[in-house]
Amino acid sequence: MRTLTEIRWHGRGGQGAKTAALLLADVAFNMGKHVQGFPEYGPERMGAPITAYDRISDYPIRVHSNIYEPDFVAVVDDTLLHTVDVTMGLKEDGAILINTLKKKEEIIPLLNGYKGKVFVIDARRVCMETLGKYFPNTPMLAAIVKVSGLMEEDAFLREMESSLKHKFAKKPEVLEGNMRALKMAFQEVY
Amino acid sequence: MAIKDRMSGNEAVAHAIRQINPDVMPAFPITPSTEIPQYVSSMIANGEIDTEFIPVESEHSSMSAAIGASAAGARTLTATSSCGLALMWEVLYVAASNRLPIMMEVVNRALSGPININAEHSDSMGARDCGWIQIYAENNQEAYDNTLQAYRIAEHASVKLPVMICQDGFITSHAVENITLLEDEPVKRFVGTYEPEHYLLREDESMAVGPYAVSCYCMEAKRAQAQAMINAKDVILQVAREFEAISGRSYGFFEEYRLEDAEYAIVAIGSVCGTIKEAVDGLREKGCKAGLLKVRVFRPFPGEEMAAALKHCKAIAIMDRCEGYNSVGGPLGAELTAALYRVKAVSEVVNITYGLSGRDVKVSDVEVVYDGLEKLAQGENCFGEYPYIGLRSADRAE
Repeated sequence: MRTLTEIRWHGRGGQGAKTAALLLADVAFNMGKHVQGFPEYGPERMGAPITAYDRISDYPIRVHSNIYEPDFVAVVDDTLLHTVDVTMGLKEDGAILINTLKKKEEIIPLLNGYKGKVFVIDARRVCMETLGKYFPNTPMLAAIVKVSGLMEEDAFLREMESSLKHKFAKKPEVLEGNMRALKMAFQEVY
Repeated sequence: MAIKDRMSGNEAVAHAIRQINPDVMPAFPITPSTEIPQYVSSMIANGEIDTEFIPVESEHSSMSAAIGASAAGARTLTATSSCGLALMWEVLYVAASNRLPIMMEVVNRALSGPININAEHSDSMGARDCGWIQIYAENNQEAYDNTLQAYRIAEHASVKLPVMICQDGFITSHAVENITLLEDEPVKRFVGTYEPEHYLLREDESMAVGPYAVSCYCMEAKRAQAQAMINAKDVILQVAREFEAISGRSYGFFEEYRLEDAEYAIVAIGSVCGTIKEAVDGLREKGCKAGLLKVRVFRPFPGEEMAAALKHCKAIAIMDRCEGYNSVGGPLGAELTAALYRVKAVSEVVNITYGLSGRDVKVSDVEVVYDGLEKLAQGENCFGEYPYIGLRSADRAE
């Protein structure tokens, strides 16, 4: 049985949607998956809408096209809901995750009648309480792992801890804040 | 022991460059190849390699500096894309005619205009007749493997020609994918040290590089250079066999994917070939005898071998990621069609332009091509007179 999960990220230049896509590919690779993480490039400017993609599978990935019928969509900035058709092609048995200060009931009417599952998270609050700075990548990464069920939460946290330990060997305080952000994001997404 | 990792195509070739540790790298940044000199600079700063990095003010200068370094006897490389490659145009010929085994990482990108940064083969295809060997990759793995084989081909005594190692801008250069790397030691043993026979810094031999040649010698020099490109064919296959022995990965002039019994074949270059393979597998399940010929080596052009592998097909689509602006089609289409004529092939042949300026190609786009080939074999041409796929407007003239 060939299983493939396809994820599309929407963000604005400078918010780190591309980095989030590459981080997800990284952690999936570390858990033994075949991965493809790539951005769609144009004349990027800070604040302009950008798209990035992940393919995660248990077999080698050969297709090199963009993703048109994703299983999951992650939106890093809810102001995009007014300008970008974020649910385009999104499978109805999939789900969309949106970073927003708004409540889920306020978001649903903005999704062009999408019938699948909708999840929201206030990544800003998670960041300010755990990191003291707004880096939406970290909570969005945990949230998409939870929403997609791509990997076990405990295994994901163990993997993140070991890779962050390596990355921030000289800054243990950064490791702790990031781990708290991941754990809090698991609780906050709904 | 093979090392399982994940990285982008640019990281993959930078990793290969670290393992090779060449002597000199002059470079000028241009999207999407900029990361390559950037990674190499970091490796130098970190003391991982002792390559001499020469920052220059243009690509004409990076290639000129590469020519100087290579003529002096140094193992030399550079990297570029698009307009950067076009700016090198004059000196590309100088590198090849002086028989300098320079390696260049080409991250394929559209030429202007309109100005665009995305994948297209017009840059390296524009330089197809400048005397450089050209090897193309489908993914990060092949870009890495081709880089490791480059100097062995270029520096071979019967070749001594520069080589372009090409991959598709962004589609593979910036996509993180799984890759299997070799350990440093077997790579170093495989690539070996560069020991040129003649070079400018050799104390006991005076020589000139790049002087004027009068008419009674110049034509002989050019014929000798052409012979080197002919000789490169055997060397490319020999190096591939040796590379297979250390990596387990097999390479040739091209890859035949389910082609042996195929009735309908697509011929293409680069990252689109993975997407085509996916389409082929799907069509085979439905009983359609689809196949792919993926071109790896474009210079020297293995026309005879490709034609032999394709001759049995009822219909063939030759796909160019490059507009020929000649009112007929692209360069792969022109050259392969000529090669098919020489083997007296009776297959229907169509030359299709696709993927210009990063236009995405989906599995369903490829299926449409195979469907068209089936019809073409039955005498119905639905491709039109000047076939494009993925074009948004049907009114091409507007």
